[in-house]
Formats: sequence, structure tokens, C-alpha cells
Amino acid sequence: MSNQRIHTVDVTARNLKANARLSLKDQQLRNNMRSAMDALISKRIISMPDEDERENLRELGNKIRARALSELPDLLEQLEANLTQQGIQVHWASSTDEANAIVLKIAQARNAKQVIKGKSMVSEEMAMNEHLTEHGIEALESDMGEYIIQLDNEKPTHIIMPAIHKNAEQVGRLFEHRLALPYTDDVDSLIQSARGILREKFFHADIGISGVNFAVAETGTLLLVENEGNGRMSTTVPPVHIAVTGIEKVVANLQDTVPLLSLLTRSALGQGITTYVNMISAPRQPGEFDGPEEVHLVLLDNGRSQAFADSELRQTLNCIRCGACMNHCPVYTRIGGQAYGTVYPGPIGKIISPHLLGLENTPDHPSASSLCGACGEVCPVKIPIPALLRRLREENVKSPQQTGQVMDGQGSRYSSAERLLWKGWQYFNSLPWLYKIGTFFATRFAGLTPKNLGPWTQNHSAPKPAARSLHELAKAHLEKKS
Amino acid sequence: MSAREKILASLRSSLAGTTPVADPFDATLVDEPWRYAPAERVTRLKELMTAVHSEVLLTNRDEWPKLLSDLLAARNIHKLLLAPNTAHGEVFSDHCQAAQNPLQLLAYDRPIEAWKRELFDDVPASFTGTLAGIAATGTLVVQPNPAEPRLMSLVPPLHIALLNASQIHDNLYQAQQHWPTPMPSNLLLISGPSKTADIEQVLAYGAHGPKDLIVLIVEDA
Repeated sequence: MSNQRIHTVDVTARNLKANARLSLKDQQLRNNMRSAMDALISKRIISMPDEDERENLRELGNKIRARALSELPDLLEQLEANLTQQGIQVHWASSTDEANAIVLKIAQARNAKQVIKGKSMVSEEMAMNEHLTEHGIEALESDMGEYIIQLDNEKPTHIIMPAIHKNAEQVGRLFEHRLALPYTDDVDSLIQSARGILREKFFHADIGISGVNFAVAETGTLLLVENEGNGRMSTTVPPVHIAVTGIEKVVANLQDTVPLLSLLTRSALGQGITTYVNMISAPRQPGEFDGPEEVHLVLLDNGRSQAFADSELRQTLNCIRCGACMNHCPVYTRIGGQAYGTVYPGPIGKIISPHLLGLENTPDHPSASSLCGACGEVCPVKIPIPALLRRLREENVKSPQQTGQVMDGQGSRYSSAERLLWKGWQYFNSLPWLYKIGTFFATRFAGLTPKNLGPWTQNHSAPKPAARSLHELAKAHLEKKS
Repeated sequence: MSAREKILASLRSSLAGTTPVADPFDATLVDEPWRYAPAERVTRLKELMTAVHSEVLLTNRDEWPKLLSDLLAARNIHKLLLAPNTAHGEVFSDHCQAAQNPLQLLAYDRPIEAWKRELFDDVPASFTGTLAGIAATGTLVVQPNPAEPRLMSLVPPLHIALLNASQIHDNLYQAQQHWPTPMPSNLLLISGPSKTADIEQVLAYGAHGPKDLIVLIVEDA
């Protein structure tokens, strides 16, 4: 066994094409991803064996999310009113900068030095760890997967299983180098080592940070799901709990969480339920002996209201972050999550990231798909991901003259030459006489077509027109018959 | 304009002229596929919880205190965190006294700040009641309260929970119908000891919470 760190793609740039080329050459990464995704695919389907039950529930999940979005501003206000009344402080942030400033202000008011984090993708969006570190506050991840990648200065490769691109040997080497522990690739020992270290961190932390899976408007409840218990530790042990979430995570009432929870945990992990479902409705009450004295909720927009403004793109916000679309995606499985260079990878990442970062910063994302449709078929809330990818491709080539601002960075891939080429193609195909002349010459001079057609012929043979066009063959056939 | 006003105004203008979607909730979809005969509920809960590494023991009103003290003795545990003022806490305390059991009983009767080190380092096991059980998913509903605070079911390496068979509901939807209103400051669903599969999807128990969960089901209560 080598002592060298096994190569994984170090990706920080958002250049999807270049990153993907690197990832495809990383055989270790590809093996790790393939076996992990295969396992997740089979776990999901084993947990949803009854097709009627599954499909009816997906339909209900879709409608529950659609209903919540159809009254989103009212539900957010109801949530805020209930949480406030129950003693949870609600903050609103338009941008990640604003959200970071809110968190920092709370931390500084408590003179906090150490922050312990449960898993939160919104905090990744905010780059909260970096922001807190810059201000002299230690921000430590406590989800086992997040802890592992933070030790290796990496970003999550999957929204549910952040370190799924690493195998036990790689984690063992990492712990050996970064934590000075004796090498082992025994998973139980690795987890017990991390548990020991992180328990002390929970003990001393001034603030706990978490995400939110569902925010229930009617009861003012923050619902969090997890298996490890680090979420409960982060939200219970430190004197302050700050939950950060996107404005779309709200649902109308508690019963809506029943189908959504079942869809979430089965789609994500093939589990009927996670080990813990933690419902928080208030900070520590008089007479209670534990729980945080202060609880805060930060509601983050960060481009979500842009997706919300268009009734088709709004469906992007149905997402309950299960990760099933990435588990089933042939592109994601081959290049891994880090190649996307965005917080949210895979199919959902390709439709949400352009709203968070602008299309000009994610120009290749909508195109990095074969539109095979697997993501849309497994989505527990029936987001039509392939249709939304096509829509984003259109927005991406919108000409500057076209009216209607739909999204930041739209038209980033507009090219007048390409537009002209397609105009010509349209012209050629809609005029019969031109089409006839064109195909006549194309078939007669088929021998002149070049053998080398750039990127196309790197993996395919060059297309060569047949000796006669289909029109000519059909005509000859009909003449022969009569 | 504050961020709040900006966000709400933007959302409202996007919805201008639309009507809210009607409530689509259909209880049959989350209830009917997950119904069981009363006798089946205990079996299913036991089966599912055992499958995720919990120990589920069937007992009755007279015998559970002895069962509990026996299994603590078998594990060589000399100290137990419990709430002496709850009905089950009182029954077990009385049992220990009558049986002259040398087990040290400890109450969570101070704010966490006053004894955090001891709770983290020196409490091998806790014993709590439960609000209910859920057969469909093999789940305990636990409502932390002043007698049995939030960390009681989380920090000690072994958590033992007492569940009355008559309080096992078919599914989460049914269980919800019995939850307190307004919602308590914290309500938990617990479906096994803490676990992770974050390294290579290999299942490892005892991630951050209890390494072991034992459920005593009182069949005649």
C-alpha cells in the first residue's frame, strides 16, 4: 500500500468541461463513484417496491411543494410570526454576504470562538466556514463526511454523502496525516476516532449551526433529519443555535411533512426513516435544563426569488435535496460532484446553480446532460429537470435584442455566427426547391466530405451522405411499384 | 428596503394574478399502505428496530424493572441516568431499593452547564419514557421535558427506552394526530442508535449519539 495520497481531482474553478476531463481520467474516483451510486440506486428501489404507492406519493409530494410555493410569501410570514412568538429569532438575507454578516454578528455578540456545524448545504452556499475563519472563529464540520472533506480542504462531492468519492484507505491515510492517528482502513475504528475528537468540540462549542429540511409554517417548527446525531448535538449542546435555510424550504403544516419525509429518506438513502427526526419549535424554556438559550433562523434568498419569478423555472424550488437525481445521473456518476465546481452538483445543481451564480458563471452546466431523463423519473417531487435544462439552454443563447430579463447572465452563450447558421438551416429545410438542389449535390459529391471533423471525429466516424437522398429513393420505389 | 421587504415584495409580484393551489393532502396515501392489526404492530416495530441494531425486549408491567436491572448488571453498568419523579422512574427506583441493587441512580435535575463534564464523560446509560411508537418505520416518539431533558437520549452511550405496547401507532400520520399542541420546544423521532455510512457506505453504529439503544415494550400497558 502506498503512502502517497491517492489522487483526487483538485477542483476549485467552475470550468466544468476542463474539470470533467480531469475527473474522467481519475480511475480511483470513477470506481468509488460507480460502486456508491449503484448501491444507492438499488437501496432506493428496494425501499419503494410498490409502484402505485411510489407514484401516488411522488404526485402528492409535487402538489404539496407546488401549493407551498403558490403561497410562499404568506407562509414565510406565518412561519416568522410563529417562530418569533415562540422565541426563535428570524433573520432575512438577500445575498450570501448578508447571511454571513448576520451569522457573524450573532457570533460576535456572544464573543464566540468556536462554532460546530451540523450538515448544511446553505452554509456551503454561503462559504460560511471561510467567512468565520477570516474573522478568527473556528468553524468545524461535525457530519462524518463533511468532517473528512474539511480535513482534506475539499468541497462536498454529494449533497447527502459529501465524502463518497473517497474510499476507506483514503480516509485512513487522511486521518494518519492530519490527525496523527495510526493508519487503519477499518471503518468502525475511523468513525470512533472522529467521534472522540468531535465530542470534545461539541462540548466546547459556543454556537451550533444547522440547516433545515422543512420549516413548518403553521406550528413554527424546524424539522431536521439525520442519522448520526451530530445534528441533534449541534442544535442542543451549544448555548446558541443558528439554523440557515433557503426561503423555499417552508411547508404549510405538520401533516405535509409526512409524505415529504417518506419521499426524502427513501429517495436519498433507501431508508423508511432516518435515525433522528428532530423537531425544534423553541429555545430552552423556563424550567428546562438543556437546549440552546438562543435560537436563530436565517432565511436566505440568493437567487431563489429569480427562479420563483418564472412559473416554469419556479419548479426548481420544489427540491427537497434528496440527491436521487445525482445518484441516477450517468454524467454525475462518471465525473463526480467536485467537477461541477458548484455547491450543488448533478442534475439539480445544473438547474439551481445558474440562479445562485448567474448563467454567465455556469455556461456549460445546462448543456452537460444527455437529457436521458433519469433525473426527472426519480425526482420525489417530480421536478421536470430535463425540461428545465432545455429551458436554461434557451435562456443561455438568448440574443441581446430579445426582450424580457429572465435571469442574470442570460445569453452568455449567444453567438451571432451560430444564430446565422441555424437561420440558414431553417431556410434550407423549409424551401423544397433549395432542399432538393442541396441534397442532389450532397449525394453526388459524397466522396468530398472531410474525414476529420474536429471534436466529432475524435470519438465517431465522419458522417457521409448516402449515394441517393431519401426523396430520390422513395420516388424510385413508387415508380417501380406502379 | 430591508432584505425582508425586498424578498417578500419580489415573491408577491411574481405571484400577482395567481391563486393559491388548493390543499392537496390525501391522508389515504400516507395511512392506508401502512396499517397493521394491533398484534402486528409490536412485531413490526421490533423487527424494524432490530434490523438497525437496536435491542427490543418484550416484557410486562410487573417484570420490566427486574429485566432492566438484570440487563444493566449483565453489561456491568453501575450508574444510570433517570427521572425519579416520573411514574416509570419511581417504579424503577423503588425496585432498586427493595432489591438492594447497588446501582447508582442519577437525576438530570440541574441545568446542563452545572454538570456537562460529568454527563459527557461519566454517564454510561440513560433510561427514559416515550410518548409513543410507530410500527410502519420502527420508531420511538420522544418528547424531552424538564424531567427528561433533550440530551438524556443523546449523550450517554446507551439509551434505554420504555414503550407501552398500547401506544404504538400504525404510522407517522396516525402518531401525529396524538401530538401535543402547541408543539413542545423539542420533539424527537428516534429509530435506532446513531449511525453513519459516510465512509464507503459501510454502516458504522455509534457515530455521535448512543452506540446502543434498548427498547423495553410493556405488552400489557
